[in-house]
Amino acid sequence: MNQDLFIQNLFNALTVGSLYALIAIGYTMVYGILRFINFAHGDVFMVGAYFIFFTVNFSIIPWPLAALAAIIGASALGILVDRVAYRPLREAPRISALISAIGVSFLLENLGLVIFTGLPRPAVQPAWLVDPIIYGNIRILPLSFVVPAVTAVLVLGLLFIVYRTRPGLAMRSIARDIETTRLMGVSIDRTIALTFGLGSALAAAAGIMWAMRYPQIHPFMGVLPGFKAFIAAVVGGIGSIQGAVLGGLLLGTVEIVAVANWPELSGYRDAFAFVLLIVILLFRPTGLMGEKMEDKI
Amino acid sequence: MLELRDMQVWYGGIHAVQGINLKVGRGQIVTLIGANGAGKSSTVRAIAGLVKGLKGQILYTPHSGPTVNLAGLPPEKIVAKGLALSPEGRRILPHLTVSENLELGAYSRKDKAAIAEDKEWVYSLFPRLKERHWQKGGTLSGGEQQMLALGRALMSHPDLLMLDEPSLGLAPILVQEIFETIKRLNAEDGRTILLIEQNAYAALNIAHQAYILEVGSIVLEGPGRELRNNPKVREAYLGG
Repeated sequence: MNQDLFIQNLFNALTVGSLYALIAIGYTMVYGILRFINFAHGDVFMVGAYFIFFTVNFSIIPWPLAALAAIIGASALGILVDRVAYRPLREAPRISALISAIGVSFLLENLGLVIFTGLPRPAVQPAWLVDPIIYGNIRILPLSFVVPAVTAVLVLGLLFIVYRTRPGLAMRSIARDIETTRLMGVSIDRTIALTFGLGSALAAAAGIMWAMRYPQIHPFMGVLPGFKAFIAAVVGGIGSIQGAVLGGLLLGTVEIVAVANWPELSGYRDAFAFVLLIVILLFRPTGLMGEKMEDKI
Repeated sequence: MLELRDMQVWYGGIHAVQGINLKVGRGQIVTLIGANGAGKSSTVRAIAGLVKGLKGQILYTPHSGPTVNLAGLPPEKIVAKGLALSPEGRRILPHLTVSENLELGAYSRKDKAAIAEDKEWVYSLFPRLKERHWQKGGTLSGGEQQMLALGRALMSHPDLLMLDEPSLGLAPILVQEIFETIKRLNAEDGRTILLIEQNAYAALNIAHQAYILEVGSIVLEGPGRELRNNPKVREAYLGG
């Protein structure tokens, strides 16, 4: 592999990895607090991509505002899903919430089919993001700089909220001991809603950027990225935000490197993610940055 | 300021607290003593809003304002009304720093400046916590964790401070220190305290009023010193 190709692949890996990381954070944050996997998360990512499709095409607001509106919309959807499908099951066995999550996932996908139709739609691609920059033999889309940069800003913003604000303190505290946290005056429902809101906002941001890189949106576009981001979260150590970012970047890198080195295997691209999951879990069952297994009492 | 009227706690079919009547007057230290499983913890947990199967009334009269029934309110609303519980077993958040644990205790308040002031006050009460303010709660010794639990409860600026077994698992010298602090909080600071204890002797020594709980019912009540000299109490709880 020559150097030019290497640089190109590096940026590809960073881009795909960033997107996995953004989605993975939502899985990991919800798991950290509620100890269950929100299977509908990948579909919130899909809805984010659709929202911007509509806000850009059917309104006159400028693109950045349209993106913001899509993110806020998806965030509201995430909070609504929690309110309707998970909150009533807080006292129920965890398996019930899990089944409910799978149900919500099917519901969102099929609602998507009904409302948006199954016809893939072209995503909006602002020219300044997709006109390649050519430097010698290197062709890089501006998107490949923008996606990692936006991801970095979003992740730093999230870490600020989690580690430097009062609601963040409440989130970290609930993750460990719900009852004591309530005794301190924290409203569990509000804090969980905030968690879903933040996770969904990041998923929507990923959905918007994903649609620019793979410019076709359809109701099932969230399934595979969702699964892979879930893998990234587990590989990084589920429950850990830093782990989710690391897992996402690692997964993106493995995919791109494997396909670049063995183009004949590109058909197995998606399988790499699952092989990575199995290998890492064999050696580190709690993931790269996961804490020791602790059963919640 | 607090009155329980025929308060009952049910866990499924188990009648853990079988209708107790109890009063806590403003400025008092009231203690609730009894053996393991007598229903002491269930009683304070019910007051704090942590118990589901609750019957009867929990009447609370704040400093200013009308009397309210706390039964059925969620814990976060009850803290905001001025009742703080330092739970049994301390329940420090081990992954948060000492300073963060204290800030969590003030979650029900919005007044930033006053919160910072109270934090300094807690540090002056327990200088050891100030030295270790950046350390994770889980790395503290048992005694330090108890100080932190007490400080954390104080951070909500409670009208009524409820302490569930603050002496549990501590060395005698530390037990004495904790009881000294409780006494000072009451005498110098005017704090009203509801104290749950197995260490009956120490509790009766500092309590204005005491209740003795046996299998979910109050069997005896009276001023702390009086109960300490009561032959039945001496036999059952003070080792003869």
